Formats: sequence, C-alpha cells, structure tokens
Amino acid sequence: MVSLLDIIGPVMVGPSSSHTAGACKIGLLARGLVGGTPERAKIELHGSFARTGEGHGTDKAIVAGLMGFRQDDDRIRNALEIAEQEGLDYKFEKTTLDEDAHPNSVRITLERGDRTAMMTGCSLGAGRVLVTEIDGFPVEVSGNYHTIVLVAEDIRGSIAKIASLLAEDGINIATLRLTRQKKGGDAFMVIEVDEYPAETVRDHIRALPWVRWAFRLDKVSA
Amino acid sequence: MYKSLSAAVRDANQRGIPLSQLALETEADDQGRPVREIRDVLRRALTVMKGAVDRGLRGDLRSASGLVGGDAAKLVHGPKGPLADTPFRDILARALAVQEVNAAMGVIVAAPTAGGAGVLPAVLTGLATANNFDDETLIDALAAAGLIGAVVAERASLSGAEGGCQAETGAAAGMAAGAGTEMMGGSPDQVMHAVALAQQGTLGLVCDPLGGLVELPCVFRNATGAAIALAAIEMAMAGITFAIPADEVIDTMGDIGREMDVRYRETAGGGLAATPTGRRLARERLVQIKRGE
Repeated sequence: MVSLLDIIGPVMVGPSSSHTAGACKIGLLARGLVGGTPERAKIELHGSFARTGEGHGTDKAIVAGLMGFRQDDDRIRNALEIAEQEGLDYKFEKTTLDEDAHPNSVRITLERGDRTAMMTGCSLGAGRVLVTEIDGFPVEVSGNYHTIVLVAEDIRGSIAKIASLLAEDGINIATLRLTRQKKGGDAFMVIEVDEYPAETVRDHIRALPWVRWAFRLDKVSA
Repeated sequence: MYKSLSAAVRDANQRGIPLSQLALETEADDQGRPVREIRDVLRRALTVMKGAVDRGLRGDLRSASGLVGGDAAKLVHGPKGPLADTPFRDILARALAVQEVNAAMGVIVAAPTAGGAGVLPAVLTGLATANNFDDETLIDALAAAGLIGAVVAERASLSGAEGGCQAETGAAAGMAAGAGTEMMGGSPDQVMHAVALAQQGTLGLVCDPLGGLVELPCVFRNATGAAIALAAIEMAMAGITFAIPADEVIDTMGDIGREMDVRYRETAGGGLAATPTGRRLARERLVQIKRGE
C-alpha cells in the first residue's frame, strides 16, 4: 500500500530519492540484521546502482545507513570518511544479480562479532525500498513497520508461541510470514509489528530454545 | 490510498469535498492515525520545502561536480524576459533553487522523488505567494498532490530507473498541476484534467543525466516541468478538458517506461548523457569528484 507521506517525502539529503535516500534506508535495514554498526561490509551493487551509484552518493548513503544515520542526516556527505574513523571496513563491488532483480538492487554481506548476515534489497523509487532476500530466504520487508526477523527450528506451534509472547509484551502484529526451504528444515519468520519492540521483546524471543537467532529491523519510513 | 484518480474524483464529488480532504481522511484511515498527525508531517515537509527554496535563491551553491548552481538567482536578479514580474518567472526560479540545493547534497523533500523535488514546492509556494494563500491551504495542496502521486506509483512508476524522467519530473508536474488547480479553486474534475494535461506533455521524457549525476539536465527539467504544470493549471481553470482520462494517461506513462530502452532510464547510457559534450563533462567532473574537490 502506498502512503501519501511516502510520496510527499522523505525529507532527505539529496541528490536522489532512489539512489541516496533509498540506499540509506537499505543500509539501515541491513544494520538491523547484525544488531549494530558492522565491522566489515561487502556491498555489491547491481544495475543502475552499479552504473551511476557513485555520482548519486549511493556509496556514501549505504555506508551511512550501516552506521545508523538516517536519510535526512547531513553527515551522509562525509560518511565514507566517518566509516574509516569508526573502524567500519567496507568494500564495494559491481555485480549482476539475476535478471528479475530490480535495477536499483544491492546485496550486502555484513560481519559484526561472530554474526554474519547477507541481505538483498532494492530501491523502488520515491525513497521506498524492499528487502527481497535475507540469508538465502526470499522475504518482502518494506521497512514501513518495525520488523522482527528470526530463524527457528520447524516445530509445531512456533507461530502461536511467538504471537502470544508478542501479545504479552503489548506488541500488535501487522503481518506475519513464514517460509521454509523444506519440511522439517529451518523456518524463517518475518513479523511486521505496530509498536516499537524493545530489546526485552527480542530477548524474550531469543530465549526460546528453538529460535536460532532473532533481530529487529527498525522502521525506516516516515 | 486510491489507485485510481477517477475513483477518487467520484468519491470526492459524491461527498462534496475537495480531493485534498479525501486524501487526508483516506491516509488517516489507512494508517490508523488522526488527520491532525498527517497534517503535522506535511507541515514539516512544507517547512523543509520553503527552506530549500530560500536556500537555493541565495545563489551561492555549487553541485558536487560544479556542473550546476547559481542559475536560480539569475531569474531573480538577471535581465528581464517576456515573463518578467510574473508568478511564472518566480516559479521557474523556485524550481531551479530547490534542485540546486538537492544537487549540492542539501536537505530537500523528495516529492515524489529527489530528482523531481523542485516542481511541487515551486508551483505551490509560488502560487501561494502570488495569491496570499496561507500554510494550511498549502498543506491541503500537498495532500492532494500526495494522492495524485500515490495513484502514479500504483499504476505506473515514480522511478527514473524504471520509467525515465516522465516518472519523476513528469509525475511531479502532474501532482503540481492537480494540487495547484485545487488551490486556485478548481473542482475535483478540473484537478483530474489538469493532471492529464500535465502528464500528456511529459510522456516519453527520458532520464539521461550526465555521468548519472542528478544535476544536468535534472535541474533545468524541474523548471520546464513547473512550466508544464502551470500551463496545465491555466488550461484546466479555463475549463479545458482532456479527452483521455488521467488514469489512462498515467497507465500510458507506465507502459512507455517499461518499453523504454535501458539507456534512457537513469543509466547515463543515452540521451544528453551520451552526447560528445555530455561524455566529456562527465569524464572530467567524475575525476574531480574522485579527487574530492
């Protein structure tokens, strides 16, 4: 669903809503997958991102997002220098993802402590973004909601358990999607929620013995 | 939000309300937030838009590459042309101003995108200045523009990489034309015709920025986009109608975008970017950017 506020917005640092603001949002979402500013980042640019990214500051914007800067933060201009000072070791490559991939796509591989994550996202225009893949699982995360992503063993009642746990913490579920690669294999859950889930909510989910990992991707829209 | 302008106009007419009010109520309903909060977000957008106009009109900004900047001020202080001392000239200056701020990595409102961010604030704040409209009227106009943009996003695209410049400054011209028409007292039907009249004038417009930078021709296309929006407002207010419904004009824009060669979709592979001068300037300026000048 398109929001009027996405059309009249975002308030952002120029020059491109898709190549600067959208890129920054993708960086912000990716950061959530490792729970903070990564130590190492491999950023593979596809299509128009690869061809014209540099002139639009796409590189600066993605790195800014990885450091937690939002799209209206004028530190974006100096993000690459700041990353070097902060010890974020980034590397850009040009790549060709599959031919269905949106022209403004990027695959980001991150390391932070013992955690690694890989995410593919695209910038749809007007600052709207979509995460299409996390660690090999196909997903659809818009960043219009606070989003919890988790990988769990495929056990009976896992959805009910998570839903009741969120309800106890006062969190209302907007959407929930479960995918698994095979029966009995790991299940990947993407839960978009209305309220901001505090660290404790994430910790409650992580405490479930059959949850392998869980992360929170903060809302990136207005 | 609405996926069809015809449906929105029908509902607005049925309820006897302007499109802006319909847009605000629909958005509030979609998001489960009060209209007041939606207006507050739009008020902040308006503040940033006005700030960008003022910043750009000072005339001292240069883009990262040095290719653009300082032209908005020429329309304020430079020699007169046939449009001297008219809101038209003032609106052209405002469009250049916002886009010069954007190219200099300043803060703007992407409405609908950053590449087309000059058109809407230029037309709306320009008309407001000429006619003494207050901020609440401008916020209404932004809501109407948002509804129009949402329809374009649903039916076609708002991305130059997908649909060329017709999806950026073209869509912005449609939004500004519709919102400006409502602000000038036009009916929902007149708003719809204004959108169609503006959008038809930008069909096929390619996205061909030099070196892929949102600078040239983007800055100037915002000014010409604003001019097209003003032409559409003038025609719609005069009672001129466009025979193809706005929804179908928007669908056509989407179709053309999908069929457009990739060279014309923000890749710097065709159009002005591929001219001998375009290539030379891009080569020189990108080297300059890498040196950090």
